[in-house]
Amino acid sequence: MFGFFLRRLGLLIPTFIGVTLVSFLFIRLLPGDPIIAMAGERGVTPQRYQELVQQFGFDKPMMLQYFDYLRGVLHGDLGTSITTKRPVLAEFRNLFPATLELSICAIILAVALGIPAGVVAAVKRGSWIDQTLMGTALVGYSMPIFWWGLLLIIFFSGYLGWTPVSGRISLMYFFPPVTGFMLIDSLLSGQQGAFSSAVSHLILPSIVLATIPLAVIARQTRSAMLEVLGEDYVRTARSKGLAPFRVIGIHALRNALIPVVTTIGLQIGVLMAGAILTETIFSWPGVGKWMVDAVFKRDYPVVQGGLLLIAGIIMIVNLLVDVAYGFINPRVRK
Amino acid sequence: MTDATDITPKRQSGLAEFWYYFTRSKGAVIGLLVFALVVLMAILAPLISPHLPNVQNQSMILLPPAWMNGGNSSFLLGTDAVGRDILSRLIYGSRYSLFIGIVVVSIAVVSGVLVGLIAGYLGGWVDSAIMRVMDVILAFPSLLLALVLVAILGPGLTNAMIAIALVDLPHFVRLTRAAVMTEKNKDYVVGSRVAGAGWLRLMFITILPNCLAPLIVQATLAFSSAILDAAALGFLGMGAQPPTPEWGTMLAEAREFIQRAWWVVTFPGLAILITVLAINLMGDGLRDALDPKLKRS
Repeated sequence: MFGFFLRRLGLLIPTFIGVTLVSFLFIRLLPGDPIIAMAGERGVTPQRYQELVQQFGFDKPMMLQYFDYLRGVLHGDLGTSITTKRPVLAEFRNLFPATLELSICAIILAVALGIPAGVVAAVKRGSWIDQTLMGTALVGYSMPIFWWGLLLIIFFSGYLGWTPVSGRISLMYFFPPVTGFMLIDSLLSGQQGAFSSAVSHLILPSIVLATIPLAVIARQTRSAMLEVLGEDYVRTARSKGLAPFRVIGIHALRNALIPVVTTIGLQIGVLMAGAILTETIFSWPGVGKWMVDAVFKRDYPVVQGGLLLIAGIIMIVNLLVDVAYGFINPRVRK
Repeated sequence: MTDATDITPKRQSGLAEFWYYFTRSKGAVIGLLVFALVVLMAILAPLISPHLPNVQNQSMILLPPAWMNGGNSSFLLGTDAVGRDILSRLIYGSRYSLFIGIVVVSIAVVSGVLVGLIAGYLGGWVDSAIMRVMDVILAFPSLLLALVLVAILGPGLTNAMIAIALVDLPHFVRLTRAAVMTEKNKDYVVGSRVAGAGWLRLMFITILPNCLAPLIVQATLAFSSAILDAAALGFLGMGAQPPTPEWGTMLAEAREFIQRAWWVVTFPGLAILITVLAINLMGDGLRDALDPKLKRS
């Protein structure tokens, strides 16, 4: 098992170097002079220009620039934001809990609804329940989530007035962040109504972000269940006279969940891509919105650092999923 | 030698068999019909759209759909904030969505299959190098990478399509490579190699046709996801630029009116959803029809 882990880790190193190369090249690939491009319409004074040339090391040979960059990355130095003048890593650390909180809620929602939906559809295969569930899943899978978010806002926030439109908590509440997770911080603050305000802000963004993973998980669970339900051991369990719930819930589902676990792990990339859109629609102060804003403000050090950090997180999660998969399914360990 | 009589039973042609399995799925047939309608709409846009997509009627701003109070029957789905007919813009918009799908899938399939064939056929360090590059592309969330690429290349429809194609590339490379690796040691390939077939012939004529089924299914999925991604980039202001009647761009322009005029937001999104759903329904049908394992279940 340890050897398997090391092999997977070894595969990660060239990918990591590739990812640093992409984020390194990003600023250097900008058409024209990258500093002028970053300055945009604001323009830049000759002194500031020289400062920036030094800061980015553009006066050195390319190879040396890359090694300097790599050394910086390994020491946690990802550059400084042009707009806020703060280190990129510090900004990311501030904003990431918001994205993580939203993503966790979304994935919980997706798993809690997706797995039962998939199981029911497989058990009732071909019935109207199966067709309705899988039809709904396909609609969810085909959904332009930015539009879905706007529709939910029109209906639940505009028409019914049930949920707020943007942000993480009502402006009436203020407390210093302890964990960065608004649900926990609002509870810790002890302020009355803070927690329910945080919950009401989370509902619509979570639904929007969960939509595609939910559909994928439901479809995957159904096909994995169908495969398992045809196996001999399930028939044996049935013929022993076990209750249907026990056969489906314990014997079949446990094996069907193996591929589903991988699917859930692979949703992290989908979640990060979804976070870009969801956070933009709901003005959710997370890393997705931060990246979009940075692209628009031409704050390229932020885009560069953000790219690297997000790719790094996805790589680590994928590694963990791989290892978990090897753990529950010894056959892939070879 | 005597003439051998043909005793092989008459086989259904491949296409007929495929059509039989494809039409067994009601969803796939509905998807195909809807998709055909969208294609027709795109081709006949100048003939069927009631107005020109970019003509502004200053006296008809934010008109509700015809069936609502204050609606006007010549603007069936209402008008937007500068008085353009939404229905006409949607009809013309279908051209952009299909164009995006075709261009993205063509670029991704042609280059992906080529690179995948090379990786799978040659193996060794070439394969390792190619696959590591693909891993790097896959390490980034697709939309984020596309967004950043467009930031480098400059906003616009062409650059958005290039970016989306590049992001889609690894899926085709991986699929082709995996298929080639399972096929290349089979007897028929070895046979043709022994018969003297060159590597180009082996790659493109002997092996490739036997790897097509998963590629066709993936191409369908890539088509629908290209439409979604391009619309998302348009929505973020990084895809097609106004006043292009691209559906995502229309949504971006409509955002500020969501509380006042639901129709400017609802219809472009519905158009995206219906088109993407139709293609995905077809994709599911294609997968079932082309996958021999699924045929039995």
